Amino acid sequence: MLYAILCYHDEDHVGSWTKEQDAVVMQKLAVVQDKLTKQGRLGPVARLLPTTAATTLRKDDPPVVLDGPFAETKEQLLGFYVIDCKNLDEALDVARDLGKANPGGAYEIRPVGMFTPGSVAT
Amino acid sequence: MTDTAWIDNALTSARPQAVGALLRYFRNLDTAEEAFQNACLRALKSWPQNGPPRDAAAWLIMVGRNVAIDDLRRAKKQTPLPEDDQAISDLDDAEEELAERLDGSHYRDDILRLLFICCHPELPATQQIALALRIVSGLTVKQIARAFLVSEAAMEQRITRAKARVADANVPFETPDAVARSERLAAVAAMIYLIFNEGYSASGDTAEIRKPLCEEAIRLARLLLRLFQSEPEIMGLTALLLLQHARAEARFDSDGAVILLDDQDRTLWNAKMIAEGLALIDKAMRHRRSGPYQIQAAISALHARAAKPEDTDWTQIDLLYGALEIMQPSPVVTLNRAVAVSKVRGAEAALEMIEPLAPRLSNYFHFFGVRGAFLMQLGRNDEALVAFDRAIALANTSAEAAHIRMHLDRLQRDSSPRGVKAGK
Repeated sequence: MLYAILCYHDEDHVGSWTKEQDAVVMQKLAVVQDKLTKQGRLGPVARLLPTTAATTLRKDDPPVVLDGPFAETKEQLLGFYVIDCKNLDEALDVARDLGKANPGGAYEIRPVGMFTPGSVAT
Repeated sequence: MTDTAWIDNALTSARPQAVGALLRYFRNLDTAEEAFQNACLRALKSWPQNGPPRDAAAWLIMVGRNVAIDDLRRAKKQTPLPEDDQAISDLDDAEEELAERLDGSHYRDDILRLLFICCHPELPATQQIALALRIVSGLTVKQIARAFLVSEAAMEQRITRAKARVADANVPFETPDAVARSERLAAVAAMIYLIFNEGYSASGDTAEIRKPLCEEAIRLARLLLRLFQSEPEIMGLTALLLLQHARAEARFDSDGAVILLDDQDRTLWNAKMIAEGLALIDKAMRHRRSGPYQIQAAISALHARAAKPEDTDWTQIDLLYGALEIMQPSPVVTLNRAVAVSKVRGAEAALEMIEPLAPRLSNYFHFFGVRGAFLMQLGRNDEALVAFDRAIALANTSAEAAHIRMHLDRLQRDSSPRGVKAGK
């Protein structure tokens, strides 16, 4: 079974780390990740930019683009994509296409700050 | 993290919202600040035992308000002191209810008002900044004095004076209408930019001490952006600050001398901040509502995108400065544009562009520095010497003077007379 681990924390707090503090945490995480990688059990790992950089596409008819992160509490996180785009407009186009295929709910589009593709034998 | 570090963190991030709400409630800055202080003292006692509240700001507002009201009653009636914990009894239910209400629109305007009060037009820029850092950010007088390189006593006095003036200012407490809100937002954005520049314009020997000013400005810009998520200019401002601050590690050499953009080690630039700045500018552009912060951020972004100085898209930078000139005409903007023009069309054209600025910039260090550099590029060394001499006389910091002296040394080294113009 594949599992996704979704990371939650206070972004003000994490954002206030110095470069050195940040590096220490990343270093510690790398130790855990390396072990999984060697076992062929680590898939993609991403670190997202802060929510201020987020844009949300509400998949209504017609879809509505809103600045900021997904803020509703009545809907739940059901999945995610990682896509490679030139800019936000292109990412929104992809999201609209996906939204046409599956209307309702919303997509939060968040730039990825750090990404390692990983590999898992499925 | 130590046991109490998380509390400090929580108190700092809750501060603008809590003080803002307490100010709306008491309509007096001193009372609001004192109420917040009291609430913090109780938090330090209660949180380690009971764990953090669900919503720290709501907790602090509630407790701060109750304690202050008790104090007022006590002062009136001279009744015996209530038990310490009474103020926070039954808090869970009340907190729940208050948190619900805080989710509404109030707190946005509370924080904006708190910031706006510090931008009182009668206050000189340095006092606005000091006041904001004290009231909104909650830095201690000592910390602020250190960043401003003045004594603690002088800073204390400055803040007291600023507060007194603000108290007379009668800032309205009703919810502002759309026009008033956007005016407040513009004033606050300008003040945040001032805070940043106060730190950013530091010379090499003080840059480290003043760095917290840049960091605080970024924190406030992010706070504002989270409150006003669809304002492209606030996205632009935040992007601008991030993109500029990303270069902090590369801007000075070990002796504290300025390293110009072209000569900076770009691997020292902070890639994380650049990524965030670029994402924000990208997001802002979608609104097609350009503004000075967005344009300046876009210029910064073009520098940030160039891995080597020669990759810089100077044509685009020239165009952006052209747009900025129309939006915010100023000789300093034209002077900056001329630097881009010198890269695109050569020093001759650039020099022509800045000549008309001479009367207005006759006391401006950078004008003579830039003019000297153009003249030097054209081989007009005698005139360049005069310009550089004037620049040194006008230098604001020893680092600026040292930088020009470097040019002078180079001029004198290869001062084989060249009669012919050596335009690019």
